[in-house]
Amino acid sequence: MGAITLFHYLTVAAILFTLGAVGIFLNRKNVITILMCVELMLLAVNINLVAFSTHNGDLTGQIFAMLILTVAAAEAAIGLAILVVYFRNRGSIAVEDINMMKG
Amino acid sequence: MITAIVFLPLLGAIGAGIFSLLKNDAGGYAVTISAMVLSMILGWVAFLGHISSGADTTVVLANWMSSGGFHVDWALRYDALTAVMVIVVTTVSTMVHIYSVGYMSHDNAKPRFMAYLSLFTFAMLMLVTADNLVQMFFGWEGVGVASYLLIGFWYHRPSAHEAAMKAFVVNRVGDFGFALGIFGVFALAGSVELDAIFSLAPTLADARMPFLFWELPALEVLGMLLFIGAMGKSAQLGLHTWLPDAMEGPTPVSALIHAATMVTAGVFMVCRLSPMLEYAPFTLDFITVVGALTAIFAATIGFTQFDIKRVIAYSTCSQLGYMFFAAGVSAYPAAMFHLTTHAFFKALLFLGAGSVIHALSDEQDMRRMGGVWRKIPVTYVMMWIGSLALAGFPFFAGYYSKDMILEAAWGQHASTGQFAYVLGILAAFLTAFYSWRLLFMTFHGKPRASAEVMSHVHESPAVMTIPLFVLAIGAIFSGFLFYDLFVGHHWKEFWGDAIFILPQHEAMEAAHHVPSIIKLMPLIVGVGGVALAFIMYVAIPSLPGRVAGAFRPLHQLFFNKWYVDELYDAMLVRPAVRLGRLLWTRGDQRTIDAFGPDGVSGMVGRLSAVSSRLQTGYVFHYAFAMLIGVVVLILWYTRTFGG
Amino acid sequence: MITSLFFYLFAAMTVASGLMVITARNPVHAVLFLIFSFFNAAGLFILMGAEFLAMLLVVVYVGAVAVLFLFVVMMLDINFDDMREGFRRHLPLGLIIGFILMVELVLIFAVPETSVGVADSFSSRSNTAQIGDVLYTDYIFLFQLAGIILLVAMIGAITLTMRHREGVKRQSIALQNARRRDETVEIVSVESHVAPQEIAAEVNADQKVLR
Repeated sequence: MGAITLFHYLTVAAILFTLGAVGIFLNRKNVITILMCVELMLLAVNINLVAFSTHNGDLTGQIFAMLILTVAAAEAAIGLAILVVYFRNRGSIAVEDINMMKG
Repeated sequence: MITAIVFLPLLGAIGAGIFSLLKNDAGGYAVTISAMVLSMILGWVAFLGHISSGADTTVVLANWMSSGGFHVDWALRYDALTAVMVIVVTTVSTMVHIYSVGYMSHDNAKPRFMAYLSLFTFAMLMLVTADNLVQMFFGWEGVGVASYLLIGFWYHRPSAHEAAMKAFVVNRVGDFGFALGIFGVFALAGSVELDAIFSLAPTLADARMPFLFWELPALEVLGMLLFIGAMGKSAQLGLHTWLPDAMEGPTPVSALIHAATMVTAGVFMVCRLSPMLEYAPFTLDFITVVGALTAIFAATIGFTQFDIKRVIAYSTCSQLGYMFFAAGVSAYPAAMFHLTTHAFFKALLFLGAGSVIHALSDEQDMRRMGGVWRKIPVTYVMMWIGSLALAGFPFFAGYYSKDMILEAAWGQHASTGQFAYVLGILAAFLTAFYSWRLLFMTFHGKPRASAEVMSHVHESPAVMTIPLFVLAIGAIFSGFLFYDLFVGHHWKEFWGDAIFILPQHEAMEAAHHVPSIIKLMPLIVGVGGVALAFIMYVAIPSLPGRVAGAFRPLHQLFFNKWYVDELYDAMLVRPAVRLGRLLWTRGDQRTIDAFGPDGVSGMVGRLSAVSSRLQTGYVFHYAFAMLIGVVVLILWYTRTFGG
Repeated sequence: MITSLFFYLFAAMTVASGLMVITARNPVHAVLFLIFSFFNAAGLFILMGAEFLAMLLVVVYVGAVAVLFLFVVMMLDINFDDMREGFRRHLPLGLIIGFILMVELVLIFAVPETSVGVADSFSSRSNTAQIGDVLYTDYIFLFQLAGIILLVAMIGAITLTMRHREGVKRQSIALQNARRRDETVEIVSVESHVAPQEIAAEVNADQKVLR
C-alpha cells in the first residue's frame, strides 16, 4: 500500500457523493431517505474541503466545512419540520404520492 | 371651358354622394341635374364654336406620372371627334338624369343613383377627351366601374349582382387586350400620347414586333389588341354575352350606358385611333368581318326574344356591329354619324320602353302586354318615332346614317365590304321586322295583361315624357341636320385632323356614287320587314307559333342566343371554377395552411403536450434531471477546456 | 502503514454504510447507518489532522441532526412493508448516471498535484487552537451569520410545526392584565323579597360568571 494521497480522499468523497445523488433518484417511498441522501452529499463535500485544506495548509477549507455543517443542520431541521407538517396533512410520506405539481 | 364640361358631372356626383349620406333626395336631384344641364349647354356651345372656328385645343391639367422615359399628363383634348362625343354624351345623359326623377320615384336610394349616373358621365367624358392612351384607359375603366355599380344597383337581387359581375368580368377580358395594346404602343413608339403616336405611325408602318411565337407587323398586332378592348366594351361577337344580362339594371341605365354612350366607346376608340389603324389593313378587315357578323348575329336573336328590353339590347348590339364595319372599311365619319343618330333614337326607344314598363306595373314580358296604344298615346308615338328612325325610314335620322354605312361598305369595292353589305342588308330586314314586332306585340291586339294591370295603365308624368320629346327631336332631325357636316360635302373640313384616312381607302368618296339599286335596297327590305311583322303579329296571330314550330331547331338556336353562354360556361367558367377549387383545397388548405399556420400551431400544441410530460410533479425526477445536467455540464466542460 | 490501514478501513466503512443508507428497508436502520457513516467520516477527518472538525461532526451531525432524524422517523407512522417497489425498475438508469458521475469526478482529480501525500501539519498548536485563531478574527462575520441562520431555522421549524389544540385552556397574561373594571363587574340592586331563583336566572342571562 502506497502513501495515502489527496487523490484517495477525493475518490472517497466522489463515491459518497454519487451514492447520495443516486439514492435520491432510486428512492421511491420515503421522503426521509431523500433528506438523508442530502446529508450524505454534504458529508462528501466536507471531506473534500478538509482534504484540500490540509493539503494546502490553509485553514479556510476547514472553516468553510464548519459553516457547511451549520447550514446542513439548519436545513435538516427545517426539512424535517416541513415533513412533519406534510405528514399531518397528508397522512403519508410516500414520495410517489407527492405529484400535485404535475403539469 | 372644356375643363368645366368634364368636371361638372364629377362635382355633381360628389354632391349627390353627400346628399345620399344625408338622405336628402331633393338635394341629390338638384345638384346632379343642374351640373348636367350646365355641362350640356357648354357642350353645345363648344360644339358650335368648333364648327365655326375649326380649331383643335388641348388643355393640360397636371402631370400624372413621370418615370424615366414614360411621361403621362392629365390633358383634355378637344377636336371634332371629341366635340361630337361630348354633345352626344351630355345630351343623352342629361335627358336620362331628368327621366330618372320620374322613373326612380319609388326607389329608396335616389341620390345614390344620380351620383352613379353623374360619375359615369364624368368617366365617359374623360375617355373622350383623353389626350393619351393611359387617360383613355382611366376613362375606360371608370365607365366599366360605373356600369357595374349601375347594373347592380338593386344589389340585393341575385340576378342583378350576377349580371353586374358578368359585365365587369367580360369587359375585363377586353381591357386586358387594351392594356397589352398600350404596353405594346409604348414599347414601339416610346410614348403613349396620341399626337406622338400618330405622327410616328407612317414611319412604323413596316415595323415588325415579336408576339408569342411569331414575328408580325407591329401595327397589326397593336391594332388587334386594341380592338379586342373595343370588342369587350362594345359587346361585339365573342364578348357580347354581358349586354343582354345588363338589362337587369334600371331602364335609364340601359338607355344611357348600354345604348348611347358606354358601348359606343369602342367605336369612338377605333375612330380615334384611325391614324394608326389605317396602316393595319388586316386589322381593318378583321373589324369589318366582326362587325358584320355581330350585326346579323344579334338581329337573329333579337327577333325571338320576349323581354322588351332584351329585344332593344340585341338591337343595340346589332347596330354597333354596323358602326364597326363602317370603321373597318375606313368610313369612320359614317360610323360616328350613325353613333350620334343611334344614341338619340336608341335612348328614345329604351326610355319609351321604360315608360311602357312603368305604365304596365313593371311588366317586361311582351307576351303579357298588348292593346294599350289608346291608353298611353304619347309613349306610343315616341316608340313609333324611335322605330322609324331605327329602321331607316326616309327623313328620319337612321335613314341618313344607316344608308351611308351600307353605301360605304359597298363602295369599298373589296370582298370584306361586300360581305358586310350583304349581311347589313339582311340585318336591316330583321331590324325592321323585330322593331315592328315589338310595337305590335306591346301596343296592339287584345290585351294579354290581367285586368288588374290594365286598370292601372297610365301615361307617364311630364318629367318622364319631356326627355322623350327632346330625344325624339334628335331622332327625327339629327340625321337631316348633320348629314352634310359629318358625311356630306363638308366632311373633310369638319373632321379635320381628328380622323385620318389613307388616300387609297376611298369608301367615303365611293359611297356617294353607288348604283341606285344599292341605295334603295335598305328601304325595300325595311318595308318588307314591317309588312312581314304586320302579317305575323296583327293579321294572322297564330302564324308566329306555326313558323317557330316548323323551324324548331333554328328557332331554338336563335332563342337560346346561339348557345354562346352555355359554350363559355363549359369551356371557360367551369374549368376556372374547378381550378379555383383545386387550388383552394389542395394548394391553400392542404399545403400552405398545413405547413403554415395550422401546421405550426398544431406542432406547437403537440410539442408542448410532449414537453409537459417532463413536469411529473415528483421532486426526485427533478433532482435527477439536475443531476443529469451536472453530468453533462462536467462532460462538456472537461472536453472543451481540457482535462 | 498503519495510517493507510486505518484510512482504508474508515473509507470502506463510510462507503458501505452510505450504500446501506439508501438500500435499507427499515428507515430506522437507514438512520442508524447514516450515523455510522458519520462516525467513520469523523475518523477520516482525524486522519487528516482536523480533529476539531471531527468532533464537531460527531457532536452536531450525529448528536443533533441524526437524532432529529430518528425522532421524526419514529414519530411518523411509516408503513414500510411496500417500501421497495419501483426500486428495481429504475436501478439501471440510476446506476448508469451515477457511474458516469463518479467517473467524471474521479477523472477530474486524477492530476499529478493530487498525488502528494496528506500528512499532519506538525505545528505546536492544535487544530482547535488554530481554528480558534482565525474563526473569531478573520471569519467573525461568517460566524455570526451562521448563528443567525441557526436562529432563523429554529424559528422556522417552530412556526411550521406548531399547532393550536382546541379546547386547551391557556392563560393569556396580557388579556388578564388588560381587563377593565367596567367590563367585569356590574352592581345590581336586588329586591329583597324576590325569590332567589329568579334573581339567579337574571344574573346568568346578563353576565358570564368567571369561575
